[in-house]
Amino acid sequence: MKSIYRAALAAMVMMLSVAVTPASAQGTIKMAYTDPLSGAFAQVGDANLKMWSYLIDYINAKGGAAGRKFELVPFDNKSQPADALLALKSATDQNMPFIIQCSGSNIAAALIEAVDKHNARNPENRIIYINCGAVATELTNEKCSFWHFRFDLNVAQKAEVLARALPKNITKVYMINQDYLFGQSVQRDVKAFLKQVRPDVQIVGDELIPLGKIQDFSPYITKIKASGAQALLSGNWGPDINLLLKAGFDSGIDLRYYTFYAHLAGGPTTIGPAGDGKVYSVMPNSENLPPEKGLKDADEFIQGFHKANPGLKFDFSSVGFRTILEYLQEAINKTGSVDPTKIAFAMEGMKRKDLFNYDTMMRKDDHQIIMEYMVGQLSKGTKYDSEGTGLGWKVSAVIEGKDLMQPTTCIMRRPAK
Amino acid sequence: MTTRTDLRWVWVIALAVALALPWLFFDWNTNRHSGFVLTMISEIGLMIVFALSFNMQMGQAGLLSFGHAVLFGFGGYTTAHALNAIRSSGVWFPLELVPLIGGLGGLGFGIVIGYIATKQRATAFAMITMGLSELVGAAALMFMTFFGGESGITTDRVIDASLVGASYSAPWQVYYLIVFWVFVSVALMWLHTQTPLGKMANAQRDNFERTQFVGYDPQLIRFWQFVVSGFFAGIAGALYTIVYEIVTYDALAASKSANALLASYIGGVGGFFGPVLGATLVVLMQSGLSLLSNSWVLYIGVLFIVMVMYAPGGIVGILGEHAPIARIGRLHELIVPYVRILVPALITVFGFVLLVELTSFVTIGSSQGKQFKVGSLMIDAATAQPWMLAVASLVLGGLWLRWASHGFMRIWDGLIADAKTLEGAVQ
Amino acid sequence: MEVFLVSLLNGLVYGMLLFMLASGLTLIFSMMGVLNFAHASAFMLGAYFAYSISLIAGFWVALFVAPILCGLFGAAIERFGLRRVHRNGHVAELLFTFGLAMVIEKVVQMSWGLLPVPYRIPTGLDFPLFSVYGTQFPAYRAFMLLISALMFLVIWLALTRTRVGLVIQASLTHPEMARALGHDVPKMFTLVFASGMALAGLAGVIGGNYQTTSPSMAVTMGPIVFVVVVFGGLGSLLGCFIASLLMGLIQTFAVVLDYSAADLLALVGLTVTKSSPLGELLTMPLPRIGALLPYILLVLILWFRPRGLMGTRDT
Repeated sequence: MKSIYRAALAAMVMMLSVAVTPASAQGTIKMAYTDPLSGAFAQVGDANLKMWSYLIDYINAKGGAAGRKFELVPFDNKSQPADALLALKSATDQNMPFIIQCSGSNIAAALIEAVDKHNARNPENRIIYINCGAVATELTNEKCSFWHFRFDLNVAQKAEVLARALPKNITKVYMINQDYLFGQSVQRDVKAFLKQVRPDVQIVGDELIPLGKIQDFSPYITKIKASGAQALLSGNWGPDINLLLKAGFDSGIDLRYYTFYAHLAGGPTTIGPAGDGKVYSVMPNSENLPPEKGLKDADEFIQGFHKANPGLKFDFSSVGFRTILEYLQEAINKTGSVDPTKIAFAMEGMKRKDLFNYDTMMRKDDHQIIMEYMVGQLSKGTKYDSEGTGLGWKVSAVIEGKDLMQPTTCIMRRPAK
Repeated sequence: MTTRTDLRWVWVIALAVALALPWLFFDWNTNRHSGFVLTMISEIGLMIVFALSFNMQMGQAGLLSFGHAVLFGFGGYTTAHALNAIRSSGVWFPLELVPLIGGLGGLGFGIVIGYIATKQRATAFAMITMGLSELVGAAALMFMTFFGGESGITTDRVIDASLVGASYSAPWQVYYLIVFWVFVSVALMWLHTQTPLGKMANAQRDNFERTQFVGYDPQLIRFWQFVVSGFFAGIAGALYTIVYEIVTYDALAASKSANALLASYIGGVGGFFGPVLGATLVVLMQSGLSLLSNSWVLYIGVLFIVMVMYAPGGIVGILGEHAPIARIGRLHELIVPYVRILVPALITVFGFVLLVELTSFVTIGSSQGKQFKVGSLMIDAATAQPWMLAVASLVLGGLWLRWASHGFMRIWDGLIADAKTLEGAVQ
Repeated sequence: MEVFLVSLLNGLVYGMLLFMLASGLTLIFSMMGVLNFAHASAFMLGAYFAYSISLIAGFWVALFVAPILCGLFGAAIERFGLRRVHRNGHVAELLFTFGLAMVIEKVVQMSWGLLPVPYRIPTGLDFPLFSVYGTQFPAYRAFMLLISALMFLVIWLALTRTRVGLVIQASLTHPEMARALGHDVPKMFTLVFASGMALAGLAGVIGGNYQTTSPSMAVTMGPIVFVVVVFGGLGSLLGCFIASLLMGLIQTFAVVLDYSAADLLALVGLTVTKSSPLGELLTMPLPRIGALLPYILLVLILWFRPRGLMGTRDT
């Protein structure tokens, strides 16, 4: 029987030696992509991979860049910064010009510094860090880096979207956020922007909860009811928002829920029909945006994803990543090379219209993208519903990029051209 | 018993291998070390220290701790803060000695935590460490000043202060620093097992009542063993900070403690060197295997279960069982029997792996842009053939294995019996 | 007053759910000495089985079938796995269940996917039962209370009124003696382990649609169940019951009590702000650390009273 163990060992070692470096086609522009692909947050990375696949096919069909095609090389980081740094090493070993990462501000914090140090210590083998979703505000402020480009709005900007989109009839709000850096930033920023754009709003309650530990939110609902709040503002994600919403619906309290992350994969399913008309979320886009704004091309493009992946239940929420590829394509075509230093200089300050026909800009001062954002309301009767629940994200408000040009404290250190 | 000279040989060979490793993966075309490989072997190095320090508690003192990563993490955070302080204050402190600071950090927190935890032993001790691990893990996210919240504490190891004049901006220099500290730590930990404290820790593990009769306080022994193990865990944490230049809350998390447990147990908790093998294997599996398959957690879990059931002594235990046969010089008689069971074993494992990968592909993996490839062979999970192949390999291979293992056990038992009679005769 | 009543009710519901989960573990731990890491995995499996069964045959069928499936699974684990590991000691058994929990979590991910599944409260039970000062109390929560109370009754009757139950009770407090008296201990081990897992499965059926049913369920509920078992004490189901309710109430009430250590110190005239030494720690209001209180209590009780509240043996 010991043989079983021995054989298992042998098999593992064999598999390891078969391929430690991933094989890929020649001549392509390789982009390392690292996100959790296993473990508790795997659905984020998993869903993103499917969406990236469709987007890369699209951009390659449009000629790729400088005559070459793009290729995405995934690396599982298991939500550990050490593994993300290992992925970075693998990417630089293979001279990849880009590393992309979307999920986890702790990973982003590790990557931004590691990329900076690597590029300073190895000027002949540089790499650009494309941030597709890590929202910590300091990544484009105190911790900003010339090699980092963020293609999603940061926490402060999303907080401003929320503050601006709050309807006029809501004057009493309650805030619940998760007790760590991100949640504390949401708390601070939402308060600041409410004071700025909606001084009439009164914050009747403001709580921090330990991350991922609360199973029963009914005591909080009790407190909210006692406070007389009309709306609940929350940056919670995952079970912390799902359980909070459930508790709210169960108690029958008359409340509107303004969230940052209720729209993430699995959210509408868990919310269910009880959430009709009550739940709002800050999101870069919704599948119902094109039909409501009459954008036929965008509509077809998004529905093309579903046609290519029948049986997939989640929304094409990362369709905005197409903007990233279009920026890269333009920068590479303009400079005629895949040299990270040249591309970085070409990309900062670039302006483009995105697929929804809104203006976007990659700001030079801090490498933060300025783009439009919307607030969606989960309701029945939309053209496209989410995850087969019969409810879809209706466009409740769109805030344009020009209203989101927040000041930055970034002191950008640029290398020699 | 292996003789003194044998052991020294092993140390020398290990050192030579460790020093030569980076050059085996040198890319002669681009004139560069493989950053990936260097980082991975550095990780193996610090995990070895971490696992060995864990085994000081579990294997040597019988203290199963679910929160060992807390000491590791505190060592890491202390080092990060110290490096930042060194930079900003301009004090000259060579990087080579910085791991000592981490060790002291682990030691300090080991005193605080150990005082609470070592009041108990066995299961109660394990539960206290579990509770403390949860508390510290949650606290790391909430308190910004020491832990830096979600983004952690970043630092820069290039402080221009070195005893040998290295800048440590190149990964291979960092690797050699790690090798130095790993060898020093392992040597010190081995020497510790020869000290009175080390021996009494074993004693109170085996029979704590007798230890009291002999005049030692088992609780004090536990406490000091815990503290010393915290020192070395802190060194491992410091090495982590130096390699990655960032420490985040996951360095304290329960999953990291679980890694130490896995590494020690798979390697073998009985002797001293088991965790070295275990740590190497676990890091290779976690970092290497995850590049190939998303089900790596499943494989590690199954390996762990199989081991707990059939080989509780770990790899070292299995190797040790061969010792009597080796002593009577009949080890070569096992070669053919081994081949006879290895073949069906490989088939069974192949079937299992194929089945897992197919299922995983169908439910999760088809998204991941990857096609299902083995080497360069493309496999279509929608057809029946791969499934039938997997199930057939698993079932038939399993039956063949069962049959073949009977023959193997006969030969094995015979050899062991012969070894025993010979040894009995000698004595 | 309103806050107090509502919190009391909610705390009771959560506490009873914890009890359903912890009672099985107490039985297993007390009798076999096995710290079953796979217990919360049975909770998760119960929820997932109930989800799949309810898609075909409805919730009420799932309520009976899912726990039985978990029980059978538990029996298989004990008979073919745990029994073999038993001779290697308690640590080996613990590690076995630890590895098992890892494997089960991955298998669940592979079978049902990574995202939460829409396991919902059956429409027959989805209505507000009554209102407390304007806040509705859902009928499903009352149902949960009912099932857990029934379960407690059934366990108590089985342990005190049946022959097997009496032997099990004896083995809870004096396992060696029971063995010495000639009872078929291995068979009883299987029975107890299977029953414990079935109870956890039942808790999963009830709790899965109350919370969210996702592959990380086991990891979230696991630690707190251990706290309850240790706090209640080995060998005592009553202790487990009290500990569960206590934990449920503490966690619920901690949320509504907006005080911090600094407020306590202010009572004796000491002012503490965020910038004072340890200020961050002392100004932390209770709701923020509410979910951590069970672990603090765990450490305290193991320090001062290792046999737990009503334990008959040392942990």
